[in-house]
Amino acid sequence: MTGGTGALEDMNELYEAIILDHYRSPRNTATVEEPDIDFEVNNPFCGDEFHIQLKVENDAVSQVGITGRGCAISQASASLLAELVKGKSASEVESAVSAVRRLLKGEEITDAEAGILGDIEALGGVRKFPVRIKCALLSWVGLGDALRDHVVK
Amino acid sequence: MSDSTLTAGSRVFDVDAIRADFPILKRKVNGQDLVYLDNAASSQKPSQVIKSLVDYYEQTNSNVHRGVHTLSIEATDAYELARTKVAKFINAPRSEEVIWTRNTSESLNLVAATWAEANVGEGDNIVITAMEHHSNIVPWQQLAFKKGAELRYLAHNDDGVIDLDGAASVIDSRTKLVSATHMSNVLGTINPIAELAARTHEVGAVILVDAAQSVPHMPVDVQALDADFLCFSGHKMLAPTGIGVLWGKYELLDEMPPYMFGGDMILEVTYEDANWNDLPYKFEAGTPNIADAIATGAAVDYLTELGMDNVWNHEQELTAYAMEQVLSLDNVKVLGPQDPALRGGVISFIHETIHPHDLGTALDQQGIAIRTGHHCAMPLVRSFDVVAAARASFYIYNTKSEVDALVNGISETEGYFSR
Repeated sequence: MTGGTGALEDMNELYEAIILDHYRSPRNTATVEEPDIDFEVNNPFCGDEFHIQLKVENDAVSQVGITGRGCAISQASASLLAELVKGKSASEVESAVSAVRRLLKGEEITDAEAGILGDIEALGGVRKFPVRIKCALLSWVGLGDALRDHVVK
Repeated sequence: MSDSTLTAGSRVFDVDAIRADFPILKRKVNGQDLVYLDNAASSQKPSQVIKSLVDYYEQTNSNVHRGVHTLSIEATDAYELARTKVAKFINAPRSEEVIWTRNTSESLNLVAATWAEANVGEGDNIVITAMEHHSNIVPWQQLAFKKGAELRYLAHNDDGVIDLDGAASVIDSRTKLVSATHMSNVLGTINPIAELAARTHEVGAVILVDAAQSVPHMPVDVQALDADFLCFSGHKMLAPTGIGVLWGKYELLDEMPPYMFGGDMILEVTYEDANWNDLPYKFEAGTPNIADAIATGAAVDYLTELGMDNVWNHEQELTAYAMEQVLSLDNVKVLGPQDPALRGGVISFIHETIHPHDLGTALDQQGIAIRTGHHCAMPLVRSFDVVAAARASFYIYNTKSEVDALVNGISETEGYFSR
C-alpha cells in the first residue's frame, strides 16, 4: 500500500524530513569512555529511554554518546541534541537548552538563537501536537538538569 | 423499563442497532469517522445510561437513606435497586455484599487497608500474578513493606498463560491472600480463577479477583468462580466514571473493619465512641455517588438485555478476526496468547519499525483511537523487552470493518514513515 492519505499529510509538520532522517540514522550513538557527564532520561508514559554521556575537555564538549530507544520525535530530538552540543561550552549548551524549551513552548527565540539551533527548529512542529511536546523535550530537560548538577559539582 | 420482565438476551444482538444507541459514535475525529478501539481503558456510553443520569438529576435528585420525603425515598429506592441489579449480574448471593466504590483501584485499596491490614502479618505472603495492572501490584507492595510480608508472583509462559503447576508451590501455608486479574488488560489472557481459588482455599487463604476487564465482557459468576472478593469499574462497562464495585463474601465483609469513617457508615455515635452500620453501609461513608450508581444499574440492564453470552461471542468473533488480520501484517507481533480462544478482546502489539507513540498519533489522524504506552503494567510490558506497546480493545459496538480500518491505518502509517 502506498503511503500518504490526506489524513496523514497533516502530520508533515510533526515529522519533517530532517526529523525522520535523524530518527532513522541517529548520530553519535557510540558510548563514551570515562564520561564527565552521564545520565539517563525516561518517559515511562510513552516508553522512551535514553542514556546520554558527554566528555568535557578544555571547557568544551569533546564527545557525546546517546543510546536508547523511543519514538521518532524523542529519538530525533536526542540525535539533534548530540549534534548541537559537540564543541560547545557549558554556557553555550545551557543557552541552547533554554532556546529549545522556549521554541517548543511556542515562545519567541532570537535570530541569533535560531542560527545556533539550525535544524533543531524543525522540532517546533510538535507545537500542533501538544501530547508530543514531552517527547521532543525529554533529552533537553535531562541535559539541562545534568549540566546544573555538573556545574554545582 | 420493568425489571421483572428483564431477561437475559431479550434483545437481538444487532451491532447496527447497538451503534445507534451510542451518540459519540456519530462524531468525527480529525475529519474522519471515529473508530473507537480503546475500550479496555474506558467504554462509551449508550443514550439509555446517559438518560438515566439526566432523569435522576431532573426528577429524583436528593440524598439517600436520610429523608422521609418523596424524593429521598425515590432516590434511595433507585440507588438500592441498582445494587440489586449488580448483585444479580454477577450472581452474588446477597445484594448487601455489593459495595459501591469509586473504581476498581479503590476496591482493591479497600481490601488492602481493611481485610489485609488485619490478616497479613510478618512472614506471611501475598500472591499475585506477573500480569497485574499497577493497581493490583502497588497496594500489596506497600502492605508487604509495612507488615514485613512477602509479595510473590505467579509466573506465566511466553504466551501469557499462567503456570498452574507452579502456582501449587507458590501458594503455600503462609499465603494469606491471592489477588489475580480475571483478564489481563495487556495480554488479553483469561486466567483460570476457579482453579486458583481451589488452590487458595486449600491453604486457607482468600482470593481477590480483579474483574475490571472481565465483568464488562463475559458472564461472571462469583459463586461459580468461588471468589472471596471481586472488583470492577463502572466506566469500562457502559456506566459513568467515578463508580465501581467491591463484592465480597458476607462473612468476610462483616468481620472487616471500616475503610472510611463518617456519615451513613455508623449506627450510633456518642461523644465517646461509635459503632458501625450493617453491610453494605459500613463501607459507604458519606453521601455516595448516587446518580452514577443508578446509571450503573441502567448499564447492567443494557448488557443483560443483550445477554452476556452474546456479548462474549461477539467479542470472541471480532478478536479472532482481528488477530488474523493484524498478524497478516509483516512487521507486527501480538503479545499474549496466540490462540484467540484463550483471550478476550484486547490485542496489544508491537510494530518492528514504528514506535507505538508514533503509530498512535498517525492512527488518531485517521480517526482511530487506540492506547499506547505501558498500559499501567510496566513490569509486564518490560518483561517482553519492550518499553511500550500499542493496544486495540473491543466492545459490543465494534465491527469487522473497524478492524479493517485499523489494519489499513497501520499499513498507511507504514507507507508514511517509509516515504
